[in-house]
Formats: sequence, structure tokens, C-alpha cells
Amino acid sequence: MELSGAEIVVQALKDEGVEYVWGYPGGAVLHIYDALFNQEHVRHILVRHEQGATHAADGYARATGKVGVVLVTSGPGATNAVTGIATAYMDSIPMVILTGQVPTPVIGSDAFQEVDTVGITRPCVKHNFLVKRVEDLADTIKKAFYIAASGRPGPVVVDIPKDVTDPNIRIPYHYPDKIEMRSYNPVEKGHLGQIRKAVDMMLDAERPVVYTGGGVILGEASEQLTELIRTTGFPITNTLMGLGSFPASDPQFIGMLGMHGTYEANMAMHETDVLIAIGARFDDRVTGKIAHFCPNAKIIHIDVDPASISKTVRVDVPIVGQVRSVLHDMLRVLKEHTRKPDSARLKTWWERINGWRKMDCLSYEQGGGAIKPQYAVETLHKVTRDSDFYLTSDVGQHQMFAAQFYPFEKPRRWINSGGLGTMGFGLPAAMGVQQAFPDAVVACVTGEASIQMCIQELATCKQYNLPIKVVLLNNGYMGMVRQWQEFFYDGRYSHSYVDALPNFKMLAESFGHVGMRIDNPADLEGAYREAFAMKDRLVFMDIIVDPSENVYPMIEAGKGHHEMHLSPHLSSDRELA
Amino acid sequence: MRHIISVLLENEAGALSRVAGLFSARGYNIESLTVAPTEDATLSRMTLVTTGDEAIIEQITKQLNKLVDVVKLVDLSEGAHIEREIMMIKVRADQAMRDELKRLADIFRGSIIDVTDVSYTIEMTGDGHKLDAFIRVVDPELIIETVRSGPLGIARGGRRLTL
Ligand SMILES: Cc1cc2nc3c(=O)[nH]c(=O)nc-3n(C[C@H](O)[C@H](O)[C@H](O)COP(=O)(O)OP(=O)(O)OC[C@H]3O[C@@H](n4cnc5c(N)ncnc54)[C@H](O)[C@@H]3O)c2cc1C
Ligand SMILES: Cc1ncc(C[n+]2csc(CCOP(=O)(O)OP(=O)(O)O)c2C)c(N)n1
Ligand SMILES: [Mg+2]
Repeated sequence: MELSGAEIVVQALKDEGVEYVWGYPGGAVLHIYDALFNQEHVRHILVRHEQGATHAADGYARATGKVGVVLVTSGPGATNAVTGIATAYMDSIPMVILTGQVPTPVIGSDAFQEVDTVGITRPCVKHNFLVKRVEDLADTIKKAFYIAASGRPGPVVVDIPKDVTDPNIRIPYHYPDKIEMRSYNPVEKGHLGQIRKAVDMMLDAERPVVYTGGGVILGEASEQLTELIRTTGFPITNTLMGLGSFPASDPQFIGMLGMHGTYEANMAMHETDVLIAIGARFDDRVTGKIAHFCPNAKIIHIDVDPASISKTVRVDVPIVGQVRSVLHDMLRVLKEHTRKPDSARLKTWWERINGWRKMDCLSYEQGGGAIKPQYAVETLHKVTRDSDFYLTSDVGQHQMFAAQFYPFEKPRRWINSGGLGTMGFGLPAAMGVQQAFPDAVVACVTGEASIQMCIQELATCKQYNLPIKVVLLNNGYMGMVRQWQEFFYDGRYSHSYVDALPNFKMLAESFGHVGMRIDNPADLEGAYREAFAMKDRLVFMDIIVDPSENVYPMIEAGKGHHEMHLSPHLSSDRELA
Repeated sequence: MRHIISVLLENEAGALSRVAGLFSARGYNIESLTVAPTEDATLSRMTLVTTGDEAIIEQITKQLNKLVDVVKLVDLSEGAHIEREIMMIKVRADQAMRDELKRLADIFRGSIIDVTDVSYTIEMTGDGHKLDAFIRVVDPELIIETVRSGPLGIARGGRRLTL
């Protein structure tokens, strides 16, 4: 089969099993767009901004576990995509981003729409390529998919100069089934000796805590994790990225940990003597001040990326490997072990944890006044709990309220930007999810500031009939910024008031969607029910919430887990040691 | 602590900037870095000298290994090894100074590789301390220019860094 470079790109995507490509055309990729025109295997979704394309492909990848694919032009197309690439990189999301480039003979001459895409993206990709010869195209695309999806996943950019896709140059096409790279060999199995050591340490533990993150979801290991928790009887806490990897309704789940984690999770971290970290990377929003982090604990860390281990916190038993394989082996070692976890000691530990639980750190008072954002999320859960539900989020207080108040029972259902914290992520990410699962119920929780960052994608939703439910918790402020200004800048709300807001109901309607405005707590549930009953329409719910609400508990940056601020109604802001 | 790390990497455009970018992005120290192709044309060998405590050096080697273009690396400082650096130093050499400069170069086993009416260029190899020492004994007024390669390193004995 002889194909042009442009046809090779499309054929390679097809051979890779790619269903969707999110993209935006331009000069440098016109040959590729022409090749897309004549086929129906790879569906192209036309976004309204390249940032939207990257977040949509990213949302698709997070929901399905498959590689998200993006196609953009050179120069401004590529630079617009950078925020989305960095977002995926920080959360280890597998993506392949195809960028057009100026023709090879003019690279380096400041040609029209030329930027050094490989240079610009280098620090925020797992790897990137500039393809200089059409003969290298198929192999490079294969490598890109392989690198993106294996080991610790991440985005890979393939920069393709226009002459490489020339329709008049045709070469024999062969897409490799497998590719070997001598310089890239991700680890699969964990070291059995280390696993045995970890198990002994776990059996000796008096106050164990299992702390798990996005790696469990990325590595498809929820089942193994759940079995481990059930077998051991240990308490488990999740990072923001790990929510859903273990059912939130299970009594052994003690909530999210970290800056806005639960009292019980953070106190358990502070007192634990054996911490079992699984697919989590000891982010500073989780650890707080390193000097105060788990002061009494021996630490076991399972991670596929050796560089994640002992990066910020020294660990005692490192285990490098795919979390699924390591947990599988760990469960076997546990079962064959002559000892069992000491139930008497665990009982004492659980009593202590349940004592902290009684604090009911997430409690709030709705009352008859303004809608509380917490209530808005709880009611959302009430209305959607029995459906096949996915929730994406933007960034801010609403994101934290969603993480705290929506109990996720399954992996890949909670989709948000944790590492980069990219406002504008939520709506396009929901497009990717809805595209992947047309029959599922997909909602995006957002803020009035965040939603305006990628609002143009409402048009994409219209074009592709994506019946997303936008749940806007409108507090009139960049709430998360306002909260920090209230706490740390004596209430000087410098530029965090979101003035001159559009009428969101009318805005949604002008895009051809259904708009709603809700400001009375008594109307909320009914409004949700009405909105979610519109199965084939995008409904934009502008929910006016209490502008002064804060996210609690909160650990200030640089403080320890035991130094949480609790909601004022729970206590005078006591420091608990 | 000073460490000297040897890296085999794919001889690809951009591989060097990935390493350099890693050091600047993560704020690691880099004292010197040399790179050249090897006998296998698809591979380059890089030698870099860095400083940091144990935890930082551990991160540096892990982060380097994580780069897709890096095939293999070794921290030479972990075992017995040999280091050599080459220097070319151009000095003012008028008639009065010529003998003295020649003698000094001989003591340090340097050789004069270029001569003009007013200057000598001396080539010298050795470890960094030796080159530093030579620079110290030459009157600073006389030094016109120096250029140093940065150290190269190889393990002693049977240990080797090859594919
Ligand atoms: C406003 C805001 C507030 C936040 N507050 C909090 C908070 O209170 N609490 C909180 O937890 N986070 C919070 N975050 C998120 C935080 O910034 C980090 O993104 C998050 O804590 C990182 O989660 P993680 O450790 O699970 O790592 P991830 O980024 O999910 O990393 C996954 C880890 O698993 C490894 N891994 C990947 N795949 C595999 C595999 N197959 N096998 C084994 N290992 C694998 C990776 O190498 C990596 O080390 C907040 C973010 C924002 C924007
Ligand atoms: C692109 C981008 N710019 C700035 C920030 C910093 N930031 C974090 S939260 C936030 C406010 C978000 O406001 P809104 O979307 O209204 O959500 P709320 O906190 O009010 O729920 C800002 C500005 C960011 N995370 N992303
Ligand atoms: Mg807001």
C-alpha cells in the first residue's frame, strides 16, 4: 500500500484503534485534514479553541483509559494547546498531540506560523518528536502511542512539518504491531523481596494507613486495591486524583487527605506508624510541611516511576512496578503468610479514627438563605446517584466541594485537573467524556470564573449534540482566591470579584442550549431533576450560591496535618495536636 | 558532594537539550557537561559534573534515566574511576618569559602547540586540580585566554558503560 504522509497519519490513527481526534485546522495541517475528509474511521471533533481540544482528549483519556488524540496546526495552534498538554502531563494522562510544523526547508527561518514546538513543549511532555522524513512517520506515531500509554503515562507531541505530509510523495506503508526501544523499558513487576518486606511491616503495624492516588486509577488496580483493604481491614484515604479507586461509601474509607482533606484522614496521617502509599506522589497539597509529615511512620511506596519515590519524602520500602501487578503479588504474599493483621490492635486504631470522625468535619448548615455550595453538590449526588454518572470539574472552591461531597464509588468517574489546576478544564473535558459514553450522564461542576475560560466550547457541544449538564456554582467571586485573601490578606479582595458577569441563562440559550437560573434552596432539587430529565439537551444551570462560603477543613500551605482550620461553626479555630 | 555522571544517550537532535533543560527546570547544579558521539554512531556519551546531597543526586540520576533518549548511565563517583580534562591556555610569551613558561609547561607535562612572536598556546591534560594548579602558577597578567573541556570520566578496572 503506497500512501502519502498525510494518509499515513490518518491510517496510523486508524490502525492504532483511534476513534476520535479533537482538533482545529490551519495551514500546516491542511494535507492531513484533506486525508481526514475521505474516510470515516477516525472521527474528527472540531473544537472552538485548541485548549478545548486538548482538554477534551484528556477527559476522554481519563474516562476510558485510552490515549486521547489531538490535531492542531503550527504556531498559534500549537501554543494554544500547551496549557492542555501541561495539564495532562501533571496528572500523567496518556495523550498524543499531532502538531503541524512549517516545511522542513524553512524550519529555523522564522517562517509564517513557525514556533519551536518541540522546544516549547519539552518540559511538559513525556516525550516529543520532530518527524523530518515521511519514512519515519509511521514508526514515530507508533512510538508516540506506546510511550504515552505505558509506564507512567503522559502526553507525547509529534511535530510534523508540512512537506512530510505532501500528498504527491507516496511511500509504502507499514504500521508496526510492536515497537522496541532500547532506551525505554518501563518496569512491570515489583521486586518480590521488597513486597515481602512491605507485608511484614504491614503486619507489624499498630496504626496503619493506606494512602492511594491517581496511579491506582491509571493502572486499573481498583479491584486489587479493594481486595487489599478488605483483606487487611486497614483504613484508606485517597488523594484528589485517587477518588473513586475505592468506594467512598465503604466504612473503611476515611475521606480525602491533604489541604482540604477530612479531619479523620489528616489526623490518621499524623499518627500512623506504617503508611502504605500506592500510586501517589506526595504532592505538597497532600504532605503540607514535610517536617511534620507522618512524623511517626515507616513508609512503603508503590509507584511505577522510580523518580516519584523518595522525591520529597524519604521512604523506607520502595517498590517500583505497575500497581496492579504489585498489589496482586502483595495479596498473594499476604494470604500465604503465617500471620494475619492483628485485629485487637486494629480495633483500637479504628476506635481512635471513629472518634475523629465524630467531629463531622464537613458538616455545614443550609438554612433557608442562600444556597450553600455543599448543599448544591449533595443534592446533585442525590439526583444522579443511580445513574451512570461522570463528573468533571473546573478549578476552585467548587472543585473541592465536589471532591468532598460527591462520594465516588467507581474509578474514572471523577475527572479534574489536580496537578496543574487548570481553570477552563471542566467543560471541554466533559465533551470528551460524553463523546466516549454517549448514553452516560455527564455533568461539569464549575465556577463563574472558570467556565468563562473555555465557554466557547458550548458551540462544540451544540454541533455534536453533547447533552452535558453544566452545574455552575456561581458565588460571584474567584472563591478560592477570595478565601485565601480572607485568611491571609486581611480580607483585601484584590481583583477576585468577578464583575460584569454575563447572563448565563441567556448565554446558554444563545448557543442553542437550555439555560436555568436557580437561587432558592427549595427549588434546587426540582431544577436538577428537570435538567437531568432532558436527556438530549445541554442544560446550563446557573446556581447562585452563598458568596462567603469557605472550604473547610483547610491546612495552610507549609503547615502540618494536625494544624487544620475547621469550619467556624465546629469549634473556635483550634489547633489540634 | 561532587559527582561525575556518564550517560549514554541516543544520538538524536534534541537529546542534549533534554538533559540541559532537565537541569535548569529542576534547579540542579551543573558544573560541566561534555558530549560527543561514540564508536557506535547511534549513541552519544555525555559526561556531566554536578553537586548535591545524596537525595538530590538520587533524583538527578532517576530523572536522567526517565528521559526517553537516555539509554544508560553510571554515577562514576560511586566507584574507582579516572578523570581527565583537556585545557588549552594561551599566554603572553615575550622573549624574557619564554624559558620560564616552557619549563612550567614541562613540569606539568603540557606541550606548546602554537607559537607566535608574543604568545604560546599550551595544551595540557589532567584532572581538574592539576589544571587549576597550572593556572595558579602562571602569572595572571600573562594569561590571554583559557579553554577547558570539562572532565571526562571512565571507571577503573573491568566496569564499563556500554550497551
Ligand atoms: C484547588 C486545588 C486544591 C487541591 N487540594 C488537594 C487536597 O486537599 N488533597 C489532595 O490530595 N490533592 C489536592 N489537590 C491536587 C494536588 O495538587 C495533586 O494533583 C494531587 O494531590 C496528586 O495526586 P496523586 O498523589 O494521586 O498523584 P497523581 O498526579 O495522580 O500521580 C500518580 C502517581 O502514581 C504513579 N503511577 C501512575 N501510573 C501508575 C501505575 N500504573 N502503577 C503504579 N504507579 C503509577 C505516578 O508515577 C505518580 O507518582 C488540589 C488541587 C487543586 C487544583
Ligand atoms: C488558568 C488559571 N488561572 C488562574 C488560576 C488561579 N485560580 C485558582 S482557583 C481560582 C478562582 C476560580 O474561581 P471560580 O471558577 O469562580 O471558582 P470558585 O472558587 O469560586 O468556586 C483562580 C483564579 C488557575 N487555577 N487557573
Ligand atoms: Mg466563583
